[in-house]
Amino acid sequence: MDWNNPLIHTVVVIVGITVAFLSIMLLVAFTVLAERRVLGFIQGRLGPNRVGYFGVLQPFADFIKTMMKEDLVPDQSTKFVFLLAPTVAVITAIMAIIVYPFGPTVWLPFIGSFPLVIARFDVALLYVLGVTSVGVYGIALAGWSSNNKYSLMGGLRSSAQLISYELALGMALIGVILMSGSLDIYTIVEQQSGAYGMNWNVFYQPVGFIIYLIAAIAETNRVPFDLPEAETELVAGFHTEYSSIKFLLFFNAEYINMITVSMLASSLFLGGWNGPGVSVFPWLGLVYFAAKILFFIFLYIWLRGTLPRFRFDQLMNFGWKFLMPLALINIFLTATVQAFGGDLIALIKSWFA
Amino acid sequence: MGWHDRLSLSDLTFAMITSLLFILFAGLAIGCALAVVAQRNPLYSAISLIGVFISLSSLYLMLAAPFIAAVQIIVYAGAIMVLVVFVIMLLDLEVEERRHPRLAYLVPVAIGFAAVLIAEVAFVLKSVPLPKVHPPGPADVGLTASIGVGLFTKYLLPFEITSILLLMALVGAMTLARRTPLLAAVGHRLVTGSKLPPAAAAEAETTPKSDERN
Repeated sequence: MDWNNPLIHTVVVIVGITVAFLSIMLLVAFTVLAERRVLGFIQGRLGPNRVGYFGVLQPFADFIKTMMKEDLVPDQSTKFVFLLAPTVAVITAIMAIIVYPFGPTVWLPFIGSFPLVIARFDVALLYVLGVTSVGVYGIALAGWSSNNKYSLMGGLRSSAQLISYELALGMALIGVILMSGSLDIYTIVEQQSGAYGMNWNVFYQPVGFIIYLIAAIAETNRVPFDLPEAETELVAGFHTEYSSIKFLLFFNAEYINMITVSMLASSLFLGGWNGPGVSVFPWLGLVYFAAKILFFIFLYIWLRGTLPRFRFDQLMNFGWKFLMPLALINIFLTATVQAFGGDLIALIKSWFA
Repeated sequence: MGWHDRLSLSDLTFAMITSLLFILFAGLAIGCALAVVAQRNPLYSAISLIGVFISLSSLYLMLAAPFIAAVQIIVYAGAIMVLVVFVIMLLDLEVEERRHPRLAYLVPVAIGFAAVLIAEVAFVLKSVPLPKVHPPGPADVGLTASIGVGLFTKYLLPFEITSILLLMALVGAMTLARRTPLLAAVGHRLVTGSKLPPAAAAEAETTPKSDERN
């Protein structure tokens, strides 16, 4: 099959986007269910288990119920921006998925071999960061346009939090970029294959991994960083005034963001689709990648069931006075070792020679 | 030899799609830019400006400069405009009122100058032959690695000077925003050279600020 033919290429990309979109949406639905079930077990209760076997159909029942609700638009709100905000939130959340490699080059009958990635380009990592940074507007505009003080405070808090932790997040990634010498996620994943998993970046960038994990949890507004939605202070934060499908969009955006930061973490630090047997059966890569994403999602739910919420000043201090300097030190050390590591090892060897 | 021997159909399709995309994004950029000035609500202006940046970034992408495109989004749409939107949200600016312009007699003058400028542009476009489209440069021209190599070899000095300039701006902003009297006094002394006592200097620092707030 001629992959360079633009028509075929376009069709393949559209099919890829559709498949990825549907999978992510299904994953979102079952993440919501898993969250409620796992939280139930953590808190010593059962969670939803009535709709379908083990409550499998619960997310769809919730979806239909939420869709049936009245779609309220506050009278004093800025109507256009009020409609724009959830759209921006969900579009920017879903746009990031096109750059992640879901698996290695695989083979299908009648189609031939092709890599399991929708788009490969030079600045994939910057693209992800850029799309994420535009996502701030969804929340900030939602808070502003609702014309409600709780929404405004939630929106402001959330944007401040996103901006603060985006820096730490970006800097945690620089360590990986320095080591791999590329911004292309596919290349970074390929570099981590082999050596029985010892090439995974998490072993070379443990500090960067921890910083990324913490910053990613803060980026997605999850416990213990869920200040924007602190119910006791802010009702429901920036989406207080949103109901029906617009609430659903925000809800979706949050869970899609969870999944995409998990994808980025597993691609950059845990070797992406790499795992035992991938070189023989390439389709196994898809399974490993999914397993790593599910691990991070479980971590999210686990944290939510375990940790209390930060205070806002603690959040800011932690981000700016601890994570940022730590990330800077990590960059400095990584760069030094990258530049002089070989010389240093030679020097130490010469002492013992 | 027919034309399709030299120019394959896919090339033609490619050129057509490219020009369609160019028209789309260029039109979007111009439309959003007009909306920035035409909107009465400051927040709508800010949103339109974000639209301009995103369309510009798409144009960069079509010029095979993905790095610039990504940086355009991250820096302008993701950082600078967030600050602008923050300020608009916090100040709670009202919709701008339509006032009678005070310097109304300048409007015909402005129209005259604009007409002259447009005529000059038209003259230049008509008299000077348009340059041929440049042949595409080396394949790695817009890529991150080549930009990095350029920044740290050929353009190292401008790069470092720019970073020092940014550092100065950063330190200056922090000195101005800092509430501690001692530091404000030091800053005041550094700037003005006067040896005011710290408390008086702090007062001098804060008084105009409170005026601004009112």
